[in-house]
Amino acid sequence: MSETFVRIKHAPERMPPNAQIGMVRWMRENLFSSWFNAVLTILSTVLLFLTLPPLLDWAVFSAVFSGEDGAACRVDSAGACWAFVEAKFGQFLFGRYPAEERWRVLLTLFLGVAGLAPLLIPSEFPKKWFVAYLLVPFPLLAFVFLSGGLFGLATVETSDWGGLMVTLVVAVTGIAASLPLGVLLALGRQSDMPVVRILCVVFIEFWRGVPLITVLFMSSVMLPLFLPEGMSFDKLLRALIGVALFSSAYMAEVVRGGLAAVPAGQYEAAKALGLTYWQSMGRIVLPQALKTVIPGIVNNFIGLFKDTTLVLIIGLFDLLGIVQSNFTDPTWSSPQTATTGYVFAAFVFWIFCFGMSRYSVYMERRLDAGEQR
Amino acid sequence: MTAPNKAIIEIDKIDKWFGNFHVLKDVSLTVREGERIVVVGPSGSGKSTLIRCINRLEAHNQGRIVVDGIELTEDLKRIDEVRREVGMVFQQFNLFPHMTVLENCTLAPIWVRKLPQKEAEELAMSYLERVRIPEQALKHPGQLSGGQQQRVAIARALCMNPKIMLFDEPTSALDPEMIKEVLDVMVDLAEGGMTMICVTHEMGFARRVADRVIFMDEGEIIEIKSPQDFFENPEHERTKLFLSQILED
Repeated sequence: MSETFVRIKHAPERMPPNAQIGMVRWMRENLFSSWFNAVLTILSTVLLFLTLPPLLDWAVFSAVFSGEDGAACRVDSAGACWAFVEAKFGQFLFGRYPAEERWRVLLTLFLGVAGLAPLLIPSEFPKKWFVAYLLVPFPLLAFVFLSGGLFGLATVETSDWGGLMVTLVVAVTGIAASLPLGVLLALGRQSDMPVVRILCVVFIEFWRGVPLITVLFMSSVMLPLFLPEGMSFDKLLRALIGVALFSSAYMAEVVRGGLAAVPAGQYEAAKALGLTYWQSMGRIVLPQALKTVIPGIVNNFIGLFKDTTLVLIIGLFDLLGIVQSNFTDPTWSSPQTATTGYVFAAFVFWIFCFGMSRYSVYMERRLDAGEQR
Repeated sequence: MTAPNKAIIEIDKIDKWFGNFHVLKDVSLTVREGERIVVVGPSGSGKSTLIRCINRLEAHNQGRIVVDGIELTEDLKRIDEVRREVGMVFQQFNLFPHMTVLENCTLAPIWVRKLPQKEAEELAMSYLERVRIPEQALKHPGQLSGGQQQRVAIARALCMNPKIMLFDEPTSALDPEMIKEVLDVMVDLAEGGMTMICVTHEMGFARRVADRVIFMDEGEIIEIKSPQDFFENPEHERTKLFLSQILED
């Protein structure tokens, strides 16, 4: 068009046509955007139609929700035996921890959550106090409350601990120890000092090269052989140390990836300003490095959380272990008991892992919003 | 500047190698207080490496470097002392992306100079005003243009009250329309009497503010002259060739 044009009047703003909004548009874009997607949509619908009703029937409509023993679950048409989970719930949470002492576990949980919550959400509180609390007084308090033997608290042997409580103790210790240890190992691995570097490389490669099962076996079976006669320390403690060292080696490699992603210019700018090594790492490099690898870190946490089930093989009863050990209880034996137990354990694990995953997404968004790059 | 001020940087016959590559060859240079030096030369000639030796971002292999009376050696304490007195501005700005502009500027005064936060913030704001962007103080570097980022980088270095400022091609990564705003700040700084060593391709800047222009090629200092002499009477063949190449267009 070679004619000149000057707009003299605004083009009016109008609503989009119907095909551009609402349900119709959504379906067209998401379900039927091509013939292939249309076929997939139809197939998925059929699949849902075939699987969902039996699943619902098993989990809800034919399920047994209450009962004194497994009699109701032994009926042929019975679905999930939720009554079993209900009856054993206390055990699933606390293992053989004495019922009258279980408030101590809950108190410990409360003390932990109270310290952690202000760190997880943006708040005005100075965070260093909470970090300090979680690093020193809290583990001591947790130890005193959980094992007792001090201040008139009855001693509860770790062999009586069990269920979700053990899962959480192992996972939280592993997570809390592996991040700082992993950061130190990653920094050590790129140190200018050959001795430090070699030690870190050897440590990382050793623990990464050994299966966790082997680590746990070694800690429970072989370690006592090497210790002097009469000296022994707690089985759970040994497992905790093994898990922490094992996961810190993995964490070190994740953090190293993050360190490598920080541009050399950042290190140089920090040096040029006269910051010391620890100042430049702590204020400049690590905040950026850790942010980049949040998905990897959380991935490790989730892996670690689920790996805690392996403590079963050295005779510690975590959530899965205690659920499994209850299958042999004759009062509750039924065709549905095992399935129900496994589904319950899986669901509990899933809740925790999904929670961590969502939190990491939230955290990435929050940090991105801060930078607005 | 003819008044013989006291020497603040003494570089005495330094050599440096990257592996087998001889990057700095027998380089000597004395810079006096308040002097403005511009270093030019083709890329790969060792200009950046030379100024990075002055705050020990690179270690020289032979010879001596004395900055403000402190000789640079392996000794980390001395290196930190020198770095406190030497500000540096980089080609890629190297601002800290996870901090606001203000935090970028107050970080070193607080942690290195141990200034109380409030004082550091006042100091930072005064320098941000000097580089003409006080209104951006609470933004993150990623929200600023290249020219603004580089001016923040200059303010950040100035907040340490350095005796010497090093500029490593400060305008090379900028879009053409932003070069002037950064050069204006640098001219302002030069007029304030700051000792400056500046690696740059901005010949206009060299002409305008330099006391001496240094031409480097293949790791050697080829020619040191006043800007007028340098541009009008280059003596060495390589200087002539370089000038003919850059001044053609």
